[in-house]
Amino acid sequence: MALSGMRGLSVFISDIRNCPNKEQERLRVDKELGNIRTRFKNEKVHVVPTLRRNAPIKDDKDEDLLHLLIVGLEGLTPYEKKKYVWKMLYIYMLGYDVDFGHMEAVSLISAPKYPEKQVGYIVTSCLLNENHDFLRLAINAVRNDIIGRNETFQCLALTLVGNIGGRDFAESLALDVQKLLISSSCRPLVRKKAALCLLRLFRKNPDVVNVDGWSDRMAQLLDERDLGVLTSSMSLLVALVSNDHDSYWSCLPKCVKILERLARNQDVPQEYTYYGIPSPWLQVKTMRALQYFPTIEDPNTRRSLFEVLQRILMGTDVVKNVNKNNASHAVLFEALALKSVSHGNQYVPGLAFIFFDRGNQYVPSLVMHLDAEKEMMSQCVALLGKFIAVREPNIRYLGLENMSRMLMVTDVLDIIKRHQAQIITSLKDPDISIRRRALDLLYGMCDVSNAKDIVEELLQYLSTADFAMREELALKAAILAEKFAPDLSWYVDVILQLIDKAGDFVSDDIWFRVVQFVTNNEDLQFVTNNEDLQPYAAVKAREYLDKPAIHETVVKVSAYILGEYSHLLARRPGCSPKEIFSIIHEKLPTVSTSTIAILLSTYAKILMHTQPPDLELQNQIWAIFSKYEGCIDVEIQQRAVEYFALSRKGAALSDILAEMPKFPERQSALIKKAEDTEADAAEQSAIKLRAQQQTSNALVVTDQRPANGTPPVTQLSLVKMPSMSNVDHNPAEQGVSQANGTLSVVDPQPSRPSDDNIGDLLVPLAIEGPPGSATLSGHSPVFGFGGAPNAEDALAIAPVEEQTNTVQPIGNIAERFHALCLKDSGVLYEDPYIQIGIKAEWRVHQGRLVLFLGNKNTAPLVSVQALILPPSHLKMELSLVPETIPPRAQVQCPLEVVNLRPSRDVAVLDFSYKFGTNVNVKLRLPAILNKFFQPITVSAEEFFPQWRSLSGPPLKLQEVVRGVRSMSLVEMANLFNSFRLMVCPGLDPNTNNLIASTTFYSESTRAMLCLVRIETDPADRTQLRMTVASGDPTLTFELKEFIKEQLISIPTASRAPSPVSLQAQPAEPPQPLPTSSPAALSDPGAMLAGLL
Amino acid sequence: MGIRFILMVNKQGQTRLAQYFEYLTLEERRALEGEIVRKCLARNDQQCSFVEHRNYKIVYRRYASLFFLVGVDNEENELAILEFIHLLVETMDRHFGNVCELDIMFHLEKAHFMLEEMVMNGCIVETSKSNILTPIQLLDKAS
Repeated sequence: MALSGMRGLSVFISDIRNCPNKEQERLRVDKELGNIRTRFKNEKVHVVPTLRRNAPIKDDKDEDLLHLLIVGLEGLTPYEKKKYVWKMLYIYMLGYDVDFGHMEAVSLISAPKYPEKQVGYIVTSCLLNENHDFLRLAINAVRNDIIGRNETFQCLALTLVGNIGGRDFAESLALDVQKLLISSSCRPLVRKKAALCLLRLFRKNPDVVNVDGWSDRMAQLLDERDLGVLTSSMSLLVALVSNDHDSYWSCLPKCVKILERLARNQDVPQEYTYYGIPSPWLQVKTMRALQYFPTIEDPNTRRSLFEVLQRILMGTDVVKNVNKNNASHAVLFEALALKSVSHGNQYVPGLAFIFFDRGNQYVPSLVMHLDAEKEMMSQCVALLGKFIAVREPNIRYLGLENMSRMLMVTDVLDIIKRHQAQIITSLKDPDISIRRRALDLLYGMCDVSNAKDIVEELLQYLSTADFAMREELALKAAILAEKFAPDLSWYVDVILQLIDKAGDFVSDDIWFRVVQFVTNNEDLQFVTNNEDLQPYAAVKAREYLDKPAIHETVVKVSAYILGEYSHLLARRPGCSPKEIFSIIHEKLPTVSTSTIAILLSTYAKILMHTQPPDLELQNQIWAIFSKYEGCIDVEIQQRAVEYFALSRKGAALSDILAEMPKFPERQSALIKKAEDTEADAAEQSAIKLRAQQQTSNALVVTDQRPANGTPPVTQLSLVKMPSMSNVDHNPAEQGVSQANGTLSVVDPQPSRPSDDNIGDLLVPLAIEGPPGSATLSGHSPVFGFGGAPNAEDALAIAPVEEQTNTVQPIGNIAERFHALCLKDSGVLYEDPYIQIGIKAEWRVHQGRLVLFLGNKNTAPLVSVQALILPPSHLKMELSLVPETIPPRAQVQCPLEVVNLRPSRDVAVLDFSYKFGTNVNVKLRLPAILNKFFQPITVSAEEFFPQWRSLSGPPLKLQEVVRGVRSMSLVEMANLFNSFRLMVCPGLDPNTNNLIASTTFYSESTRAMLCLVRIETDPADRTQLRMTVASGDPTLTFELKEFIKEQLISIPTASRAPSPVSLQAQPAEPPQPLPTSSPAALSDPGAMLAGLL
Repeated sequence: MGIRFILMVNKQGQTRLAQYFEYLTLEERRALEGEIVRKCLARNDQQCSFVEHRNYKIVYRRYASLFFLVGVDNEENELAILEFIHLLVETMDRHFGNVCELDIMFHLEKAHFMLEEMVMNGCIVETSKSNILTPIQLLDKAS
């Protein structure tokens, strides 16, 4: 061991090294710090007060101050100064705070001699950061070194600025540094540092450092012979190009030339050859820079580049020497990445061409070219496929990683899928780094075709996976299951299994999600599945409870689901309320308080659903409630007390404990989070940029996430646990009660800071997409191949004169509409290609509909357009509808509705898409009068005064209606109730009559009570007398007409052949319609609605 | 931005050299070093040289009792960094002659000088050993 030049330092280091424990070390360090502090203090007492104040120091005084300091330090020999400053650095490295002496380090920068200066520069850049005040003191000294004549001083100064230079440095030094970089009189030694110094100044303060017009200089720089200068210039180029590749076109051929020079080993000094490979680092950097250029137009350059790449791909052999092997593979992987990037975009224009000009004679050659390219890509993937199976772990790791990257930029999913088995094997690799890569890749390559396999594989792996990965694994599996679920029941199966297997690692988000999912999907049938989700989930939950040992989270989910939906199973064996109750109750002794709270809610719900009431069960449950009334946990206590009290109220209970309302949808917090994490990378990689470019072309890739197989619920992290002690339907009130903080126990934090799992999962947009998601804009091979012939086929079959009329709807559109008038969710329209579902929520005069556009095919639907033609009384706003719906994906489009005034006019959805042929349908939307009713029961005391006060026309109207569909009084009462006109039995002494009431909401009328009386004639059911009264004449009239339509039209409308014409627009001009509202005449939406 | 930090840590987990190219507070450094060292030192020869940690990818290599750990972002070529570590070790070898942990400990300043010549602001500046060692030789002459 050579002895250090500084004995005191060596002694100190030895002492530290000999410390038997951390405690001793700390003592020794403290002693040393005390020593240094005293030495410094004694020497510069007069300076300290100025600095302590921390006042802004004016530039012109800096020099004086430093001078003062140097004078102050004069008492210490240069040797001592160096020694102490190094000791400080050493102590700092050991992890101790060194909060003094920075000034001394900085002051050494202006020392005249090289050894001190060097120490000053190096220690300063280690100890300080760019925001440090002391650093500003040194600006002038640094600048003097930079513009001075001494090359070694220049290097030191440039290095310091390159490492920690902040804004002040950029402002005062940027020009000097730029000058040095391009100066012909400067030696490479200085210029290579100037390049990286400029890189820092530019990156930190792009507004200060002006690089306009730098492209020429940059190109000039790349002509450099010296490989050191080239290495650092290349880093500078990467930063500049990643910012703005357009301006640096001229550098592209130069980069290719450099690459050629290295690949051919021309003019490469021995010093830059590493194990026989010409500077692998420069090769790698150069290829990185090239990745930022979207295309290479010059054919010669392109050919040269491809030759070089081909040479690298073909000429890299596995050799014995590890270092050589690594270096050559470093180059190889970079070449693969570059190749996939340059392939990924080079032929895009050609493809678009193929797609749009099918008949063009160029097609065959382009296709062949494309084939060749595709083949080359599969060669690349094949190579990676070989890598992921080798023994060498580094290569396995990189093989997997590069496959994931490739997936982001090019369409190689099909080829990568061939390696699925090997990738799944890698999921069991002994090395966690490799397992993570495998998981990532599986996640990225998952699509509808392999989702089942992959998700099941992940589930299986879950039980053996190491703890470090389980949470991520569980979340990824959950997301995939949701995104690519072939049907909802499979999703429920998977998630329940997931929770069962990895309960501890399943974040609450995941199970909240299941609840949301089940709650929001009451009867909206997914494209391929016809089974109702809620009873299915209830059956599954019931099955899990039969298992001997289940995770507590499973208990939570099961209890919740059974509480809400077990009554749907009541007729099945083993599913009577009593049995459900006892199987849930068995779990109670073993669960934690948060679960007990959920169980109590479940009991209350079971009790409520038990019809006719079961006294024994009731007593049992009451006993439990009263037992927990004294519970120490406030939440449980409150629930117990409230449920006990509520359950004695009898009939009212069923309103209060009615089914949970749907969860509101929100913008996915995940996406936002993902974007945030991406944004902090100052420089975006070529791959990311590329992925983004692709998404910007294909709007769908971004749009589809919320839609893709995830009906109403959109985010995981903000999912709110339905707080079951909430006793009201009204979400607004729900919020209030939660804000009071009394009712919500299982509310998760709004967004869990689960740093890497959620973040990662959704980061790369392109990974997210289903196969060929990047292709949907019609720019990609898959589309070019698959889409075009299809379109041709379809056209060939279609009769020429009927281009828009080849698609037959499934089911009767009118019937579907009428069904939706009575309920709030269901299918509005379906044909072989698309299914449009609807889901609505109504609150006073407002409504929120969500259209679910589900593509039933394995090819995308394009030119999707949805136009709302609202009648004049409705204000409707449809959110953006994506132009393309990816294969097997569902897109959600919320539609906001505001009711301005009473009217029976109907809104129309003008929907069109293209799948081979243009399809256009006009559909009535079930945003009709009765949706703005709130049923209300009135007593005799309330009814009669009201009825009398509304004495006659126009507030009270009477009409004899003939041709009424024959129905019994009970049927009629049901019909009224289903329209939310609440029948109030017993008000009319005559049993042949009906009295109904409701509250109507609109912006103009506000809440308005409506009363209806129907007098029937038992002898002639086809006629009746109807009296309608309300405080608003229009409302009275509209309501009367509405009821009349319902009584008369139901049978005819539902029997009528589908009134929706697929023949594009009606040929003849629309007829004026027999509507009462004069506004309707000028209202196209209303007119169309009438036509339908 | 490339290389975020370079650490040299011995088998016992003691830091022998630390060079950061982004600012972290002392507490952050301590925590980060602790976590990384724990992760990397637990790995065996059959495992790959890359460990993912937080936003970093750690490329590491072991020489006798000393671990060289380089934290990079996602924009680096892992194998190139792995060989860069070896280049660093070879450079030290050329200067010290069969470099060992103690050389680095007791010549911390020289190790820093070398690094300073090789990496700047997280980017590789120089890969020629003789160019890297020139300033140190200059210094040796001066003293």
